[in-house]
Amino acid sequence: MPPSTPNRAFWRGVRDGTPFMVVLVPFAVLFGVIATEAGLNVFETLSFSVVVIAGAAQFAALQLMTDEAPTLIVLASALAVNLRMAMYSATLTPHLGQEPWWKRAIIAYFIVDQSFATSVAAYEAEPAMSQRAKTAYFFGAALAVAPLWWASTLTGALIGKAIPDWLQLDFIMPIAFLAIIAPMLRTGAHVVAAFVAMIAALLMAFLPYNLGLMVAGIAGMMAGAEVERQMAKREGKT
Amino acid sequence: MIDKVELWTVIIGLGLGSYLLRLTFIGFVGHRPLPQWLLRHLRYTAVAFLPGLVAPLVVWPAATGGTPDPTWLSAAAVTLGLGIWTRNVLAAILGGVVTFALGVALL
Repeated sequence: MPPSTPNRAFWRGVRDGTPFMVVLVPFAVLFGVIATEAGLNVFETLSFSVVVIAGAAQFAALQLMTDEAPTLIVLASALAVNLRMAMYSATLTPHLGQEPWWKRAIIAYFIVDQSFATSVAAYEAEPAMSQRAKTAYFFGAALAVAPLWWASTLTGALIGKAIPDWLQLDFIMPIAFLAIIAPMLRTGAHVVAAFVAMIAALLMAFLPYNLGLMVAGIAGMMAGAEVERQMAKREGKT
Repeated sequence: MIDKVELWTVIIGLGLGSYLLRLTFIGFVGHRPLPQWLLRHLRYTAVAFLPGLVAPLVVWPAATGGTPDPTWLSAAAVTLGLGIWTRNVLAAILGGVVTFALGVALL
């Protein structure tokens, strides 16, 4: 294989990021539709996607605001959903951390599920990649998904404005969440985390200010981490 | 109706917060490795908080005044099942919507 030049790496990133279109477009459209149904105008909806650029957290914030949860709880819960971004940032640092600060500042904005997943896979498959090629690849993968996320949100917002008010769409939100969750259940630990969180959320629903979600989320997170630790220990022994 | 001040507080706060989460390591921490226990917990945040959010929505839907409803429960089960089985988000959503529509039409 010829050594990848930054230019070639960029286009490879674009190519590898493109298949995510299938997931991204419907989600962003759905977000646009649901946000306008919740009373946001087109500008607010698009701003949401441009400023936050994280699907699951956007859905979570929107749902909690519709439930009239206190602003602090909305922020805390949606940020908790996004905590994995810190893990992505940590994982990318050995590969991209040598760039000047202004480039790292731009990279940080574009750290999303898809750009992270494709980049890490490519860096692992080709350890000989130069620093510049790695950065170019990352931007390629990011540009394959981010503008599509914005554009599809806008499309969804415009569709949402055209949907008559009598059509009840409130069942779409839970269905969208479940469809996001399902592919996340990759290991037993993920399943346990999800299951514990669900049960805890139902048991703690009596707590005021949607605090039940915080308790449930932390319980699920700890359960998942503990199962992973136990599984790793068992594998270590055998 | 969502209050405009709250909405913009959330958009800007969530945007800034998410950006800082993305920036922490690549921007400030640099090469120092993270403790294993922390990485382990971070891995499960999304898969815990999202189900925690969705469970009450499905079991006590606001649309039925909070009474558990077979249409909602079956639509949720079909979505989750299809999602796990096919790993296809679109198929999962379509399955859920069709189940919901059938439930509304039949029950």
